[in-house]
Amino acid sequence: MNIFARIGYAVMTVLAQLGRLALFTGKALAAIVSPPIYFRLILTQMMRIGYFSLPVVGLTAFFMGGVLALQIYLGGNRFGAEAIVPQVVVLGITRELGPVIAGLMIAGRVAAAIAAEIGTMKVTEQIDALTTLATNPIKYLVAPRIVAAVISMPILTLIGDSIGVLGGYIVSVYSLDFNGSAYLKNTADFLHSDDVTSGLIKAAVFGFIVALMGCYNGFHSKGGAQGVGNATTYAVVSSSILILAADYVLTALLFHK
Amino acid sequence: MSTPKIQLIGVKKRFGSKVVLDGVDLTIEPSSSLVIIGGSGTGKSVTIKSILGIIRPDEGTILVDGEDITHINGAARDRVMRKFGMLFQGAALFDSLPVWENVAFGLIQGRGMNRAKARDIAIQKLAKVGLTEDVAFLSPSELSGGMQKRVGLARAIAADPEIIFFDEPTTGLDPIMADIINDLIVSTVKDVGATALSITHDMTSARKISDKIAMLYGGKIIWQGPTAAIDSSGNPYVDQFIHGKAEGPIKMAVKA
Ligand SMILES: Nc1ncnc2c1ncn2[C@@H]1O[C@H](COP(=O)(O)OP(=O)(O)O)[C@@H](O)[C@H]1O
Ligand SMILES: [Mg+2]
Repeated sequence: MNIFARIGYAVMTVLAQLGRLALFTGKALAAIVSPPIYFRLILTQMMRIGYFSLPVVGLTAFFMGGVLALQIYLGGNRFGAEAIVPQVVVLGITRELGPVIAGLMIAGRVAAAIAAEIGTMKVTEQIDALTTLATNPIKYLVAPRIVAAVISMPILTLIGDSIGVLGGYIVSVYSLDFNGSAYLKNTADFLHSDDVTSGLIKAAVFGFIVALMGCYNGFHSKGGAQGVGNATTYAVVSSSILILAADYVLTALLFHK
Repeated sequence: MSTPKIQLIGVKKRFGSKVVLDGVDLTIEPSSSLVIIGGSGTGKSVTIKSILGIIRPDEGTILVDGEDITHINGAARDRVMRKFGMLFQGAALFDSLPVWENVAFGLIQGRGMNRAKARDIAIQKLAKVGLTEDVAFLSPSELSGGMQKRVGLARAIAADPEIIFFDEPTTGLDPIMADIINDLIVSTVKDVGATALSITHDMTSARKISDKIAMLYGGKIIWQGPTAAIDSSGNPYVDQFIHGKAEGPIKMAVKA
């Protein structure tokens, strides 16, 4: 094949993929807003996506807060600005690290699980079976997962934020000799509600991305166990990349003054 | 003559450059049982999935009770889907749900019946296929292949469909279990007075469950007739298939 044919083919493949993803997204959004709404399934998915992710999100947030405090202390030390630790920790976590860490953890845990589950349902004809039972698979499988992820992620992030700040506090107070009550006062005085809400908006978007990419890759997996494995990988990789890209775009939009 | 239950006119389907269905014409009369035979990969499942709208044909028309359903979607398709029950090749049970909820699925999700009532019906249908109430609360993964097929059959008949499809109902079962499934198909179809369309390459099963047989080869229906006439079809393709001979006009593609 000559070079132009190759480039043309690659471009067409990417465009076709994007088109399919856009179509899938449109169908998913339509399914979310039109009845019937499966509340029972949304609750089940919130348990799986949100509740069971608490340990991993909590742990990573804790260490993230701790290491952030340490780095800022060491960096600030160079120009006598160690005192800024509580302010930077809380800002970094609520605006940025809280939602991103939670998003990436969910991408690894939930996007993979969703893609594997739906992919298996696809290759074992369970999705076809839904259709024959007069049930729309997008409505039954995709909509509840997206809704659950969009609701769960801000809650997870809020919890992660708190644990992250706690991590920073513990390192600062027990290892860097900060005064505990002064640390907390500085944190609370400095924090704006915008810092938190912007992070929660990001979290909701990340939740959407993770559930969408999990479902999309699951639905388009083919060819037995290996196909399901590939779908899982694509789901994790694509949602991680999209989270970081969306993070930049959202930051630019939310803090554009 | 009454309106055919299902009619396919010139149905074509290709995947990429590969032509699978090349103008399938088929008529299924109400309350009859038609079996489509044909080798693996000849497009039997694609035919059934085209009728169900899971696969969209490239060309041709599909009529159910005289209504053109080839291009309908959404609520209109769901309404037509309620006429159908389907037993999938691998049973395709939902492994996240217990057996009874699999059977009751179409009643609860498709028709909005309340769960307690749907469960009672599910247990009745399970009894029809010879499964006891304790099976109802197991997970599908705890069942043997033959039991999964029975549950799939119970699910297919749960909503008393007018039309039931069976995709290779006996494939992968031992001969005794296959015969049990055949009997269940015959009795359940008679019971609900349904129109049945089955696909298989198991000739014992085909003879037992059909009153008409059609053979799919090269993307077309190359022969059809009453089951009793299959041995005197005079068609070399049919003869080769029903006697399972390697020699003959049918050339097996090694790559499906
Ligand atoms: N969704 C699909 N995409 C691409 N090819 C398909 C698809 N479904 C079926 N095929 C191809 O169509 C051919 C017929 O398949 P099928 O109808 O399943 O055969 P069978 O007669 O054994 O049921 C096979 O070669 C299969 O690979
Ligand atoms: Mg098949």
